[in-house]
Amino acid sequence: MTTTSEHVQEAATPSRRGANRLVVLISRVRELGLLVVLLLIVIVVGVLVPQFLTVSNMVQILLSISILAIVAIGETLVILTRNVDLSVGSIVGFAAFVAANLFKQQPGTSLLFGILLGCALGLVLGVINGLIVTWGRVPSIVATLGTLYAYRGLDFIYAGGNQVSASDVPDSFLSLATAPLLGVPLLIWFAALLAIIFGYWLHASRTGRQLYAIGSNPDAAHLIGIRSNLLVFITFAISGLLCGFAGVLWGARFATVDATAATGLELQVIAAVVVGGVNIFGGSGEILGAILGVLVLGTIDNSLSFLRVSQFWLQAIDGAAILVAVALDAFITRWVQRLLITGRKR
Amino acid sequence: MKLASNLLSSWWWEALLIVLLVLTAILGNALSPYFLTPFNLALMVESMMEIAIMALPMTLIIIVGEIDLSVASTLGLASVIMGITWSAGIPLWLDIVIALAVGAVAGLFNGLLVTRLGLPSLVVTLGTLALYRGLAYVILGSQAVSNFPGSYTTFGIGYIPGTLIPWTLLLFIFLALLCVVVLHRSWIGRQLYAIGNNKEAARFAGIWVNRLKLLLFVLSGLLSALAGVVFTARISSARADNALGFELLVITVVLLGGINIFGGRGTLIGVILALFVVGGLRNALGLANISGDIQNTVIGTLLVLSVLGPNIAQRIQGALSRRRLAARSTQSKTG
Repeated sequence: MTTTSEHVQEAATPSRRGANRLVVLISRVRELGLLVVLLLIVIVVGVLVPQFLTVSNMVQILLSISILAIVAIGETLVILTRNVDLSVGSIVGFAAFVAANLFKQQPGTSLLFGILLGCALGLVLGVINGLIVTWGRVPSIVATLGTLYAYRGLDFIYAGGNQVSASDVPDSFLSLATAPLLGVPLLIWFAALLAIIFGYWLHASRTGRQLYAIGSNPDAAHLIGIRSNLLVFITFAISGLLCGFAGVLWGARFATVDATAATGLELQVIAAVVVGGVNIFGGSGEILGAILGVLVLGTIDNSLSFLRVSQFWLQAIDGAAILVAVALDAFITRWVQRLLITGRKR
Repeated sequence: MKLASNLLSSWWWEALLIVLLVLTAILGNALSPYFLTPFNLALMVESMMEIAIMALPMTLIIIVGEIDLSVASTLGLASVIMGITWSAGIPLWLDIVIALAVGAVAGLFNGLLVTRLGLPSLVVTLGTLALYRGLAYVILGSQAVSNFPGSYTTFGIGYIPGTLIPWTLLLFIFLALLCVVVLHRSWIGRQLYAIGNNKEAARFAGIWVNRLKLLLFVLSGLLSALAGVVFTARISSARADNALGFELLVITVVLLGGINIFGGRGTLIGVILALFVVGGLRNALGLANISGDIQNTVIGTLLVLSVLGPNIAQRIQGALSRRRLAARSTQSKTG
């Protein structure tokens, strides 16, 4: 009792600032915890199978999670505002097919136009989601469940059973994902750059902070004059835009694209975001955490093949990871609350 | 006249669904002369039964303000259990009992995580969606068990002798009646609505919120496993990827049935009507050679419109009455 109560006294000294600092510290602990888990996996698997710890495999892991990471950035913004976007997989799939098909039909098209087309498509679909949720006042889980089906169906109508394969598209399109810049494939640069930009924006901008306010208490946010509807609309638009971009990259990376591309991605993304410590009911979480969540799940995936564990275990382990992460979050939250209460009593 | 308007104001969603159902029948009939034949209708009903069975507990769970995303994975797990126990030479009735027990335990696990640890059901069941499906893959891999006895597969595709009523429909009617009575005619149902409307108030009123929730999750697991037994019989094949992604379809049906996603509102009658709207639409579009994924576009759009339409109507009504008020106040000022 001695050491803990001393810590409590120290951390929760009369001023409220101390308590706040404790909360911030704990949220950092959450991300540090993920980092420790990640390092443990890497070290244990690296000791068991030395081939795991090569630079080329690390690049392979990063390559395999980059698209998911870009989608997770948008999903995090949406979830922070106490909403959810279930249509991400359908938008990524649609944009992937449209972009790949463009380069198949007109191989001469400039790369930039293809990227812009994919992004524009994603933006439009995201804007529709945003309008249904904010102007139409439809709960986001209902709205995006509907558009998950609707967008996927449009993709099927557009594709009409056709498929684009690697031999159909120019190499320049494929190089969008794999071309190295300073020895690292472009795809990884895109993901890292977007994570840094949005992570910084969320932290440093007024709008970013307002997203947290909306998520932690929508009524209070409204009362202090935050334009919640506009901001929620913007997060859906950004999520759509990022999905559109991720879709183009999907086309470039996998090259073989049909209308079923990226099916079920929404659950993978939400799983990663939740493992990354973003509260599913909004108000807390970081882009960095979400990226770490994607990274942890991606690394587990990759290590399984090195450990010769059947791929069939992958899904079960992912599920268990979500449960462990959310249970740990609950314990940490309860622990912090108890600390704060005992601190206040003194 | 007043009675009629009262009925309409409390049952307008169900009335809307009946209109939709009639429209679906007209559309189906226009698309194909086979749509309204008894044989096709029997086929349509049969193909909806596993979704119908899972929609019952899902309705109750959403009414108390929770959600269960793991239903289709539990179905898959139960199907796989049926497969391996039958392959191991265990008699069929015992296979079914074991599969149902596994489903109940899966539901219990969800329920315990939600009620004992206080975790959000959306995340818990997202986790078990992956976990249960994963276990199904771990147990059976990409294999399939399909040498089930004829008596069992007949239950999946057969009709009551002399009629075109599928056996599985009989099962569903029994379960649906049970759920309707419990939800709309018993104290348990009233307590479920109370929990969905205000959990805190319900607890202070002495309702065992957590015990009821736990019970609902167990029920959901049990009935999802039963849906697995039905599904396995219908396609006479036990596979790990059976009914992959059906959870979204089940939730769509429930929401289209007028159940509020935040709990506390909606009726089972609406959900049952929505089942037939969705089943009818899929069947009609299928007869017109429109593929499953494009059928889903129609259903997804319908889901959004079903919530969006009334909201927009309300907004327009609000704006009109405000304008009228404004006009009246300027009139009174000038006059």
